[in-house]
Amino acid sequence: MKTNGILRVVTRFLIPLIMLFALYIQFHGEYSPGGGFQAGVIFAAAWILFALVFGLDEALAVVPAGAQKVLASIGVMLYATIGVLGVVLGGQFLEFTPLIPGSPQGAQQAGIVLVELGVGITVAAVVMLIYTLFADRLRVVADLTREEID
Amino acid sequence: MSILEWMPFSVLLPLLAAPVCALLPGRFLPWLLAMASVTASAVIMAFVLPEAVNEPMRYFFGDWPPPIGIEYRVDAVNAFIGLLIAVMGTVILPWGRISVNREVPQRQGLFYALFLLSFAGLMGITLTGDAFNVFVFLEISSLSTYVLVAQGRSRAAPLSAFRYLVMGTLGATFYLIGIGLIYIMTGTLNMVDLAERLPAVADSRAVQAAFAFIIVGIGLKLALFPLHRWLPGAYANAPSAVTVFLASTATKVAIYVLLRLVFTVFGIEFVRQMPFAEVFFVLGVIGILFASIWAIEQDNAKRLLAYSSVAQVGYMALAISFVSVAGISAGLVHMFNHALMKAALFMSVCTVIYQVGSPHISAFRGLGRQMPLTMLAFVLAGLSLIGVPLTVGFISKWLLIETAMADGNWFAVVVVLVGSLLAVMYIGKVAEAAWLRPAPEGREPVREAHPGLLVPMWILVAANFYFGIDTRLTVDVARRGAEMLMGGSP
Repeated sequence: MKTNGILRVVTRFLIPLIMLFALYIQFHGEYSPGGGFQAGVIFAAAWILFALVFGLDEALAVVPAGAQKVLASIGVMLYATIGVLGVVLGGQFLEFTPLIPGSPQGAQQAGIVLVELGVGITVAAVVMLIYTLFADRLRVVADLTREEID
Repeated sequence: MSILEWMPFSVLLPLLAAPVCALLPGRFLPWLLAMASVTASAVIMAFVLPEAVNEPMRYFFGDWPPPIGIEYRVDAVNAFIGLLIAVMGTVILPWGRISVNREVPQRQGLFYALFLLSFAGLMGITLTGDAFNVFVFLEISSLSTYVLVAQGRSRAAPLSAFRYLVMGTLGATFYLIGIGLIYIMTGTLNMVDLAERLPAVADSRAVQAAFAFIIVGIGLKLALFPLHRWLPGAYANAPSAVTVFLASTATKVAIYVLLRLVFTVFGIEFVRQMPFAEVFFVLGVIGILFASIWAIEQDNAKRLLAYSSVAQVGYMALAISFVSVAGISAGLVHMFNHALMKAALFMSVCTVIYQVGSPHISAFRGLGRQMPLTMLAFVLAGLSLIGVPLTVGFISKWLLIETAMADGNWFAVVVVLVGSLLAVMYIGKVAEAAWLRPAPEGREPVREAHPGLLVPMWILVAANFYFGIDTRLTVDVARRGAEMLMGGSP
């Protein structure tokens, strides 16, 4: 598909828009439909589109498989850190009110945005990882059959 | 921080350690982190149990009071099961390190991350007071368990894992449908809230259908007799450490969920209207007899013990079917005791597999002389499974028979005794090969296993005898828990 000019141009045009839309879903999640999970999937969809059109190697040059694994863990850790921060500052697990003393509303908002960011990072990384594993598998199988033909 | 504030960390610590574990390199660090968080979880539960026995402990996540938020609600039953799971995890992990090194040589960080997720899921199911949260943790533990089972070295392992995945997902979906139906009828997911609101709508078909869906869904998870087909393959083909962990915890947690939903959420009056006791009695009896007979027929020692686990689930179903405080406490005690004996049995069989390389009973010939400590542990844990006095198995069977007699149900007494005789036959089959047959000619002499494998095994064997003599923890706490379940208030 790398050689198809229309696809290349349209993809280049679409990818930033998809990513922007993902960020919109991410950061409006606390008071409108959306949130980390949906945003993560949309964000990963932009990367998968890039991988489909320009090839897996090009896409892995942007986000290597190792980075995907690390990001998947980091998202969970961000969520967990915010959760534990509530306990450290004298509340319950996942209680956001103590995060910003004196401003319960701001604290709730900050807490949920950060927690959802963790969800978003993990979901995006995991969806990319699933795609990478399957696409890589296809390559392994293709190599095997080619060896058999040879 | 008070014990109440520490309580949720028995679930959270393993859950938080899992992503860190996945990133750790090598073999030792991931194991160490897993060991530390599971041990911390066990210590927390050990402090929680004495508090929770008197007064249920409630923890509101994010300080959102239920029914808006999710609460952990821990009473005598939860704390008892939670402590059991955490302690079993603590004993199994040191044992598992050696066998995991051989069976899963690469990417152990991910292996232990999955183990921690599975552990955290089981703890979460046990401690939560929210019916939907149970589903979430059920999926966390199940999904990680499917992957763990697939790590087995035999070629059949991925197939067994896939079978388990299909059946497990069916079970979880049925459970979700049931929860969905009662949510439509009551508008709440909190267990205490559900218990208050359900009696008003108990006559509706929707609630009755929900009850049926939930029973079948959990029945799949706990491998109740006709729904047990996934269990022998999954246990026989999983890596040894996973088999021991699953055999001693996963089905127990499923039985806990069953008890909690049936008796706390739906309530005793509702259960009496439904054919719950009859179904569990019949399935329990058939499970005990048939699964034991199948166990006798097996040539693979791991599979033999797996069928024996199905039979033991039958005993628990039989105990629950009496729908009385005595019956449920007998079920809870047997749950605890079965975890001890089956873990010890699987450990000794898996140690033999580690040393000899084959799970077939023919490979056990002559091992009594070559691996005396391992095979003695097998025989002692086997005696406990059969129900010889001074062992935990005797306590279980005694309570069960006492309950059946008080109920005037002589048929159940006969079934329990016949089940014990069948257990003598399948345990005897392995013991006979090990102690009475000569070693096959041409086999290299087998040496006794590494102390790292023997010590956890003997700790469990010792526990089999300790709790067979000192029944204060098991019987008293189980009775208190059964009273709470039957009394309506959780």
